[in-house]
Parts: sequence; structure tokens; C-alpha cells
Amino acid sequence: MNGSRPASGPGFRWTFWRAAFAALMLVFIPVTVLRFTRGLGATTNLGDGFPWGLWIGFDILCGVGLAAGAFTLTAAVHLLHLRRFEPIVRPTVLTGFLGYLFVVFALLYDLGQPWRIWHAVVFRNPHSVMFEVAWCVILYTGVLSLEFAPIVFEQLRLERPRRILRAVNTPLVIAGVLLSTLHQSSLGTLYLIVPEKLHPLWYSPYLPVMFYLSAIGAGLAMVIVESHLSGRAFGRRLEMDLLEPLGRVMVVTLGLFGLLRLDLLLHDGVLPAVLDGSYESRMFLLEFGLGVVLPVALLAWPRIRRSPTGLVTGAMSAVLGFVMHRLNVSVTGLERASGVRYTPSWMELTVSVGLVATGFVVFAVAARYLPIFPAEAPVEEEAGGAGEAWAGAPAHR
Amino acid sequence: MSWGLLLDVTRCIGCGACAAACKEQNDLPLPIEERTTAYTWTTVERRGSANVRRLCMHCLTPTCVSVCPVGAMRKTSAGPVLYDADKCIGCRYCVMACPFGVPKYQWDRPVPVVGKCVMCASRLAAGQPTACAQVCPTGATQFGEREALVREARARIAREPQRYVNHVYGLEEAGGTSVLMLSGVPFEQLGLPVNLPREPIPLLTWRALSRVPDIVLLGGALLYGIYWITRRREYVRRIEAAAALAEAHPRPRPLGARSAGEKEAT
Repeated sequence: MNGSRPASGPGFRWTFWRAAFAALMLVFIPVTVLRFTRGLGATTNLGDGFPWGLWIGFDILCGVGLAAGAFTLTAAVHLLHLRRFEPIVRPTVLTGFLGYLFVVFALLYDLGQPWRIWHAVVFRNPHSVMFEVAWCVILYTGVLSLEFAPIVFEQLRLERPRRILRAVNTPLVIAGVLLSTLHQSSLGTLYLIVPEKLHPLWYSPYLPVMFYLSAIGAGLAMVIVESHLSGRAFGRRLEMDLLEPLGRVMVVTLGLFGLLRLDLLLHDGVLPAVLDGSYESRMFLLEFGLGVVLPVALLAWPRIRRSPTGLVTGAMSAVLGFVMHRLNVSVTGLERASGVRYTPSWMELTVSVGLVATGFVVFAVAARYLPIFPAEAPVEEEAGGAGEAWAGAPAHR
Repeated sequence: MSWGLLLDVTRCIGCGACAAACKEQNDLPLPIEERTTAYTWTTVERRGSANVRRLCMHCLTPTCVSVCPVGAMRKTSAGPVLYDADKCIGCRYCVMACPFGVPKYQWDRPVPVVGKCVMCASRLAAGQPTACAQVCPTGATQFGEREALVREARARIAREPQRYVNHVYGLEEAGGTSVLMLSGVPFEQLGLPVNLPREPIPLLTWRALSRVPDIVLLGGALLYGIYWITRRREYVRRIEAAAALAEAHPRPRPLGARSAGEKEAT
């Protein structure tokens, strides 16, 4: 739509990452065809003993959680009026929007009959957590598209729709925070239904609270990681003055998450199981070390938090630990009760990696053709009017 | 009238007539598999010296009914838990959540549905017992009203206490099931879950889910309040900054204009 065929223009050059992506797509597309012609059994390692695998555990649970930065940052800027974070709102909303689209696409692979996805809207069951998650994800993806739309309207110089969206911005942001609060926690509620199957290191009636807290921490960590990656890709400096406070908030949310986690284990009398050397205990220690201990230890220390390397390392560790926690809840913690050891098939991995990679490419294209990043003050003209503050717009349009 | 089945493991000889009758009644493809699948809704498993039938327990408050986002699972007043394949989107939450591991999925098909025992609901409606109970040669599977079956189960235990474990499985497990079991060996040896809560499992998620309206109302009010206060604070700060600036660099004003200090007070 925007700037037709950007990749194959006269300036197109093969780079390592472009070649890698093309190679990935050469595998991803046939796997997609196989998935929908042969079914789930032929392409995944799922079965009656293990009906949910990587696509639920990583694509959905982690995808939604890592996109949580969008609701926290829009709330910080538009509800708390912390205006200085404004420059990182747009890339974060884009990350969130693409994250939710990624989740929806992954869901289409995972559902047995994805062409019936609209049934969740028509045939309602308010007692089902899945039903609530479905509604919230649908509505919040809508909210994100409306929060993202002004960027496109700005690029296309459509003033009227932009003004309409600005007028409804506050209710939109509030709706986004509420919807996110509901479904981020409900992803944890999904697992409340299996008290006798999920290992006590991960089962707790407070799973919804833990999923909500960890999503806030991971969402902010993702903002830092995303800034780091796009900084490298587009040759931009890291906005340390904006990202460093996020690191501080991460210390609080990750710390709270860690304390709650330990407190619940202590309360349930399973704290000794942490060190019993079992498969589960080792996975727990890895998760807790990467997701709580290391990032809190790094980011609580001002000198490390204020250095780009320290901040990014802490954030990446938090993201990894977060992914571990969600995979432990959805895979590791259920293996013993099911009697099945689940490892995803290469085709499941290909789909997940392929969808993530597509997300990265779409982000890069959007960042190239839409006013996502603010102009770096010293480079171009001195920041003039509000309209010119956003660079990155192609001059040829 | 709520129907049920009483399975007496001590009476089962493992002939498999129930599984064969089930295949015929429900038009399921052969063979009869060793474990239940989407195509084998009941089968007799050998556990030590015991033969134990596996089939849907038809919970009184079924987990599958509560988790299904599209309401494809339904508990009927006659007893059976029914599945509507036309609604199912294939999320497999029922497969994941069922405490008895009953719903199974057609993993081999590009257009798959769930398969599970439906307690021969159509036969029940016609006034007949389930196919499996009809063909059972030893009375190991007995069809009847659930209340009557509970009385019968207790009477059997009272009559022959040395023959049975003193427990009617399904009376309270997961809030109670329409299918009841008697056994001569502990139930965990039959591969049945014995760590189930006595209350209906759907309550676990409902406790969290029922808070949704509170979160929306209180959360919405709280967020708007925060927005309102911080906006006001920002407004005041801007006015004060302008006032300070005006004071530091006084400009000649037209007669009658108000001073910056006065403006701040509004």
C-alpha cells in the first residue's frame, strides 16, 4: 500500500538478513501448505496427551505478553501525562500492533478449524476463559489499530480522520488498558482449570496476577530490546534518558513478581522442590535466574542501568526469563502429569520463527515508510513545528 | 430424570463387547484401540488383574462445558454431556482441561473434530439403555437413574465389603459424575485421577472470571481519575511556568491587561 514494492526497487541489495529471511520463507511457505492440507498431526508433535504446544506456549502466551509495552506506555503518556516518553510511544504501539497480529496469525495455525474463528463472537460462553480472552484480544487489536492509524493518516496527510481519532484518544487508551488488564491476566486464568495436572512449582490460584505482573515487566523489557534492535538497524542512538526509567520500573515489577512467586511457593510448602534437582526444579531455577534475579541485580544498580550495554542485557535477560516462565507453565509443568515429553517438531518451530521474522520485516518496512521514529534533533533541521518533528518519511512521496 | 452408568470393575471380564457395541452404535471406524481416541470412545484397559473401562464420566458440572469458548459442549438434564461438532473451532481447551482426559482430537484429519462418548443420548431419548450396558454379559456396566445407581453401589459395598474398596468413584470427584465406579483395587491403580477437588473444577476459573465487571468498572473509574488529576496538574504547571517566564521578562502591556499573577489564580 505504502510505497509500492519497496524491497525490489532499484536500490535493493541482498544483505545477510534479507537472504536469511528469503531462505526461511522458502521453508515456511511449504510448511504452511502442509499444515492446512495434512492437519495438525502430520505437522506437529501434538497429540491427545499434549494438545497444546509451542504455538500456544510461545506464539500466544509470549506474543501477547511481550506486546504489553503498548498499553503501559500509552497509559504513561496519555493517562499519567508523562509526556517525555512520547518519542517511544509510536514504535511501541507498532510493536504491540504487530505483536497482536502475530498472535492472531499463530492462532490460525493452531486452531483445528481456523476458518471458524468467528464462532467465538457468535456462539458465546461467558463461563469460558478462552471466550473472554478471544473477545479481549479482538477488541484490543482493534484499539491498537486505532492507536496506530494516526501514524498512517499523518503520512497520507488525512487531517479529518486524524482529528476524529485524537478526540476519542482518552477513552481509547483507557479501553486499551482495561482490555489488556483483563486478557493479560486471563492467559494465566486459562491454567487455573488444571490444578491436578500443572506442577506445583507453577500452579497457583494467583496465576492471573503473576501473568499480569510479568507481562508489564516483559512489555517494558521489550521496549528496551526493540529500541536497541531498531537503533542498530536504523543507526539511531539509544534514548537512554527515556529507557533508563523503564529499567527502574522493571526492577519494581520483576521484583514484585519474584517476591510473590517465592511467597506463594513458601505458602504452598513447595519451596523445597525448587532445589530437589528434578527436571522441573532445574527449569524453574533457569527461569527464575534469567527472568528475575539477573535483571533485577543488573538494573537495580544505577551504574549498570545507565549504561546501554547493561540496560539492554538486563532487558534481554528479562525477556528470556519471561519466555521460559510461560513455556514452563504451558509445557514443562504439564509434562509429568501427562506422561508425555513434548518437544516441538521442526515444522512447529519453522512456523513460529517464520511468523516472528515476518513481524520484524513488517516493522522495518513500516519504520522506513511511516513516521515512526522522531527526528534526531542534531541531524536534520532543528526540530521545527510539531509536524516536522517526525522524520523517516520518504521524501519522494 | 438424570441417567447414569455404574461400572463394577470386579465384574468385568474384559470381553470388549461394550467397545464393539459402541463402535456400531456411533458409526465409528474399526479397530478398537487400546486407549480411547477420537475414534474409540470406550475401551477396556487391562490394569494389573483388573479390567477397567474408559469412557466419558459425564460430570455433573463438566469442565469441558465451562472451558469451551463457543459452547460446543453441553450437559443435558438427561445426563449425557454432548458435543456439537458444527460449533467447534478446534481450540482443544477441552482436551487440555478435562480432569479425566476424555475428549480426544482427530489429529490425522485436515478438518478435525473432537470425539468422546455421548452416553448414547439418542437411545436414551428413545427410552433405551446405552449400547454398552445393553450388551454387557456380566452386568459390569449397568444403566439406570444416577440416584438409584448410587444406592445400588453402596448396597454392593455393604453386602461384600471385602470385595470392594470402600469408595464410590464419581460420587464426589470433581463435583460428581453421572458415571460411577466400584473397584476391588485402589482407584489410582486403575489409572484414574484420585487428586481431584471435590468441588466442581469450573469454579476455579469462575472465581477469577466473575471479577471482570469489577475490573472494568473500578478500573475504568480509577484510570479516568488518574487522567483527570494528572491533566489538571500538567495544566497548572504550564500556567505557572508561563507566569514565571512573564515575571522574569516583563513586557510592556496594554493598559487594563491583567498581570500574570492574577491569571494564575483562575
